Amino acid sequence: MRQAELVLALIMGLVSASLMWKSAELPVGWIPDEGPGGGAFPFWLSAGMLACCVWILIRWVRNPTGVAADEGPYIAPEARSQIIVVTIALAVMIGLVHIIGVYGAVPLFLVFYLRGLGRHGWKLTTAFAVATPVVTFFFFEAALKITLPKGYTEPLFYPLYDWFM
Amino acid sequence: MEILTHLLEGFGIAFLPLNLGLAIFGCLLGLFIGAMPGLGSVNGVAILLPLTFLVPPTSAVIFLGAIYYGAMYGGAISSIMLGIPGASTAVATTFDGRPLARKGMADRALVAAATASFVGGTISIVLFTMFAPPLAAVALVFGAPEEFALMLLAFATFIGLGGDDIPKTFFSILIGLVLSAVGLDIVSGQPRLIFFDIPGFFHGINFLVLAIGIYGIGEILWTIETSHKGIEVSQARLSIPRFVDSLRSLAGTAKTMVMGSFLGYFVGILPAAGATPGSLMAYGVAKSISKDPDSFGKGNVDGVVAPESANNAASTGSMLPMLTLGIPGSPTTAILLGGMVIWGLEPGPMLFIEHTDFVWGLIASLYAANLFALILNLAFIPAFIAVLRLPFTILAPVIFILCLVGGYAPTQDMHDVWLMFLFGVVGYLLRKLDYPMAPAVLAIVLGPLAETSMRQSLLIGHGSPAIFFERPISGAIMVVAIVLLALPLIRLVRRAVRRSADA
Repeated sequence: MRQAELVLALIMGLVSASLMWKSAELPVGWIPDEGPGGGAFPFWLSAGMLACCVWILIRWVRNPTGVAADEGPYIAPEARSQIIVVTIALAVMIGLVHIIGVYGAVPLFLVFYLRGLGRHGWKLTTAFAVATPVVTFFFFEAALKITLPKGYTEPLFYPLYDWFM
Repeated sequence: MEILTHLLEGFGIAFLPLNLGLAIFGCLLGLFIGAMPGLGSVNGVAILLPLTFLVPPTSAVIFLGAIYYGAMYGGAISSIMLGIPGASTAVATTFDGRPLARKGMADRALVAAATASFVGGTISIVLFTMFAPPLAAVALVFGAPEEFALMLLAFATFIGLGGDDIPKTFFSILIGLVLSAVGLDIVSGQPRLIFFDIPGFFHGINFLVLAIGIYGIGEILWTIETSHKGIEVSQARLSIPRFVDSLRSLAGTAKTMVMGSFLGYFVGILPAAGATPGSLMAYGVAKSISKDPDSFGKGNVDGVVAPESANNAASTGSMLPMLTLGIPGSPTTAILLGGMVIWGLEPGPMLFIEHTDFVWGLIASLYAANLFALILNLAFIPAFIAVLRLPFTILAPVIFILCLVGGYAPTQDMHDVWLMFLFGVVGYLLRKLDYPMAPAVLAIVLGPLAETSMRQSLLIGHGSPAIFFERPISGAIMVVAIVLLALPLIRLVRRAVRRSADA
């Protein structure tokens, strides 16, 4: 915890500084008779973020309490590997949406999660992997008219579009 | 009398078949969401908001309002049966709910929680119906300076009353505001904060991207970590005679219910406070006025009744500033407020004039939702207990997929899905270090409104910030806000003075 507090405060400080720099692309000063320029609002708010990070860092050094004094692990060790696997699986799923679309990535993710992580039976896994995309299609594409990304699988949906849209 | 006429009209809208069906369905869904350990109203409303694009705004808000209510009822179920709060708003319910369940009186605790929720909900909606129209009438004269002052006050309550780490709360508010500034500058129209020239930033960052990231993805990661240990579901013996007996025994808790309802309602109005501190305070008061304070924490029914009436009352209370002033009183209402903007409504007092069907349809449906939630809760207790045994490895991937699709739907841009993922993971990591997340969500919703009203005020005042203090109402609100902002500093100085006096 104590190390994580330091690392995250440093990273957030860097983020704040780069936000200030980015905001300064627009006028951050006071325009007479008009008030602050277009970049002023985010610039001074980011400056405030940076000040908060400095505050957290000073406290970390001088008078650590709470998480800053906690020598325990940042993420519970028994859950750590699962958290990492789930996070990577999510990123892979979102990445796959670009290539094989929602209707390819979602069933794959469900099979991985239910079968691989949850150790559920094939019957339940298959039921979810089939039902979820079907329900999603009817709700979003047919009822809401929101076209979800399909990547290279787009041509497969042309006949379905003709029926439901 | 005018209020009654409006209310009757509202009931006409609330009882339209579509709205009534959505209210009942919303209550049921809310009860399930609330009963799931870790998930509460804010998660349900954030994840399901994109699904409401299917129906008109009034039906959408009725559905989401019903989820809000149902989740407040449902939170008690896992607090009592698992000893794990179903949502942070039901933390105080575990204190006595769990010991009651251990003693084999889970059914009594569940009935007490549902009844108290109903009383809290009903009292608070009556208060709401009486207070909302006059407050909206007062707010009609507010101009840009007053609006800005109110928003500053909303943020100041997090600093002065939120109880979280001060620099981290400030940080959370500021990052939410900065994220809301991404896109095009509202005054000059120039592009602003377009990181790495990625075109996806031109349309700004929709508040739902942050809300679903934090309350969907971040929350599930959090729950995966905290629920890793095995959980033990208490047994509940259910029968009609026991049920009647439980109801009868509640007569003695009427005073606690009324106290919890009023306390919860008024605490709920404050943006930083809301249902969680409201229910904890009600628990504390119930204990201090009890004739038998020692039995608290060991299974006193009053200890279940107080927080449960307070958290339902608080959820109604938090809708008061949202509807009348356009300032949300809780993270859930912040998301509802953002939803109103998506639906094309302008939050604030004008709603009471221009969209009476929306306002009164919602208010009337809250009366109905409260009743449905009570009936459904009592009728389906066994079903909800079964839900608690549902493995999280089924629920988690389904929620992840709802997040994916829900994050995509508002803007239909994969860029936002990646941002949502990033916010979810970073939000989880920050939350582990006690950075509060609610201020950031409130800030990203209010950010564009705050900046517009601030810059409009400055234009009126020819660039002088004195305008905020010259007008009586905005001046008074600004002073209160500044006092709240200074409160932690005053505490710090007092502590330092005392320390040097001791030394």
